[in-house]
Amino acid sequence: MQIIKDKEIINNSWSYIADDDALKTGDISVSVSRWKKDKDILIKHQGKIGIRLRPEDTTGDIADDLGNLQLIELDFPSLADGRLFSHAWLLRGRYHYAGEIRATGHYLPDQVFYLSRVGVNAFSPEKPEDLPVVLASLNDFSVTYQCSIN
Amino acid sequence: MYQYNEYDQTLVDERVAQFRRQTQRFLNGELTADQFRPLRLRNGLYIQTHAPMLRIAGPYGLLNSKQFRTLAHIARKYDKNYCHFTTRQNIQFNWPKLEEVPDILEELARVQMHAIQTSGNCMRNTSTDHLAGVCIDEIEDPRPYCEIIRQWTTLHPEFDYLPRKFKIAVSGSLRDRAATQFHDIGVHIVKNDAGETGFKILVGGGLGRTPIIGQVIKPYLERRHLLSYLEAILRIYNLFGRRDNMYKARIKILLKESGMEKFSAMVEKEWQLIRDGRELSDDRIEAIKAYFNPPVYDPDAAQDQTFEHYQLTDKAFSAWVKHNLANHKIPGYRAVFISLKAPDTAPGDMTDTQLDAVADLADQYSYGEIRITHRQNLVFADVKELDLYSLWQQLDVLKLATPNIGTVTDMICCPGLDFCSLANAGSIGISKEIHQVLDDMDYVYDIGELKINISGCMNGCAHQSVGHIGILGVDKNGSEWYQLTLGGSSENEAAIGDRLGPAIAKDQVTKAITTILDVYVNQRQDDESFLEMVKRVGVTPFKEQVYANH
Repeated sequence: MQIIKDKEIINNSWSYIADDDALKTGDISVSVSRWKKDKDILIKHQGKIGIRLRPEDTTGDIADDLGNLQLIELDFPSLADGRLFSHAWLLRGRYHYAGEIRATGHYLPDQVFYLSRVGVNAFSPEKPEDLPVVLASLNDFSVTYQCSIN
Repeated sequence: MYQYNEYDQTLVDERVAQFRRQTQRFLNGELTADQFRPLRLRNGLYIQTHAPMLRIAGPYGLLNSKQFRTLAHIARKYDKNYCHFTTRQNIQFNWPKLEEVPDILEELARVQMHAIQTSGNCMRNTSTDHLAGVCIDEIEDPRPYCEIIRQWTTLHPEFDYLPRKFKIAVSGSLRDRAATQFHDIGVHIVKNDAGETGFKILVGGGLGRTPIIGQVIKPYLERRHLLSYLEAILRIYNLFGRRDNMYKARIKILLKESGMEKFSAMVEKEWQLIRDGRELSDDRIEAIKAYFNPPVYDPDAAQDQTFEHYQLTDKAFSAWVKHNLANHKIPGYRAVFISLKAPDTAPGDMTDTQLDAVADLADQYSYGEIRITHRQNLVFADVKELDLYSLWQQLDVLKLATPNIGTVTDMICCPGLDFCSLANAGSIGISKEIHQVLDDMDYVYDIGELKINISGCMNGCAHQSVGHIGILGVDKNGSEWYQLTLGGSSENEAAIGDRLGPAIAKDQVTKAITTILDVYVNQRQDDESFLEMVKRVGVTPFKEQVYANH
């Protein structure tokens, strides 16, 4: 599977491990609750560790763990749930997270310009054929009115 | 007024290009109807009963003659020769074709107009006092701050997918003419003891299904912190506003459920973390203010004698002067209300011919500027008294001089069942019927100030819950019925109207209104207004008469 990271199409190296599934090798992301429950094991994992954030999660809950995390996925249950935009802003603007923030789940290419402004730098589109339109949509606007992350 | 620079123009042009691509993807089947919906809504496009409806922003209600001519052109080319002005100081077209909307937006962009964020769960057009800059009770002109807020809200990356729509209004005068207490955020310009300008911030007001009066969250905010404070409120709302039930998703519900103490503590904590480094500089404020400098007024304007003369000799003109003018801070000038409430037209509607003619009159008499009021009328803010007679004559020919501003026939009315897919009942027909019955202007003037607001459903676009008399259309087993409320107000003494009783059948509404008016005329004390009488006696005396034969 391919994704976009830092405005380039690259191969995805990450796997999401569902809460009930066994951990596997390589770069893996888990839910916030799994992270909290299995933190001691996960820290020792061979490979990179990421967290998949849902809108109802609280960024403050993982603020102290950000140094251990190379990826934070923002998992959109629907394109209308705007909480993840604030989560991204908080991760970058308040907790100074410097790793990858990736949008995943149900969102539209039309939202990636805003997402990039609040600090999201990677995009896993819902439909693989949307990769070119996602890439193009990152340049929807050349001007902005507000300060944000970017 | 504010003029776009290259930067503003680029943003609006790029938005049009983006929407053109989105529309094309939808038409090609690459976007589903559900995916396209939030995108089109954020560009003002609704799917209505008969056709799409396009809502265009009137930034804080201020337009120029060139923009009016473009509206006339759009009405002719893309619509059925008319448009509708709304309570958010916006403009609606009821018959555009979906595939032509990008072209319409492109034509609008050429005259510095757009439809960005006029619907959808995002920050909407900021509204304000239609007499801003000219009224005699003004502390400071609110429009520069509206423009600063307009820019901040436009394409805000973090707050475009909120739990629900979000509306901000700004008032700069002692008398609140912008219904700020019924907005998600109300901003009042105030002065502190040192005479410095700042803001009193209200939060959590709103109309619709659950009308609530806004509460003061910040009694005095230094003006440089305006945007960081708005950001703090919006972030808390975006994170914690309910998303499980659209009827409980407005910020007023979050405020109600968390309580003011807890809510304001959350906002304060957030604000303290972001306030430094986001200040509005004095230079920036002054640069925006410069766009709203008053025109060069004629120093001899107050010398005119003809205005007095015509009032004495022409009774019709005199009535118009009495009801359709507002005092101006400059002697010899008046603000003129252009009534869009003629007896035989839908409230707030204008034809292409009228739009063009008003543009010409604005150029001739009021520095080329036109304002939209939240009661669905227009204002020429700067007319010389010397010109009033001539202006009135021309407005009269155009059927735009009905001398009824602030009276019972100056009704706010939503498009209702005739156009809107949300409506349960008609509203335009009700307003026409009331207007027809109240054709005796002496009787109308005797009633005095009385605001009737008519909404075709409980979304309350016509603000029925704050009408002195509110009329709300409801569906009752497939037929149109109407719920009446009395005693609402959106001004300083904000109040939500009390229910009169059970809903009334459509053919009984006008009779109920005339009965209510008769009760008022018969039982008022001295020069007590309708609103004052309702406050004194409650709804009971009205109820007894309206339901006497039921």
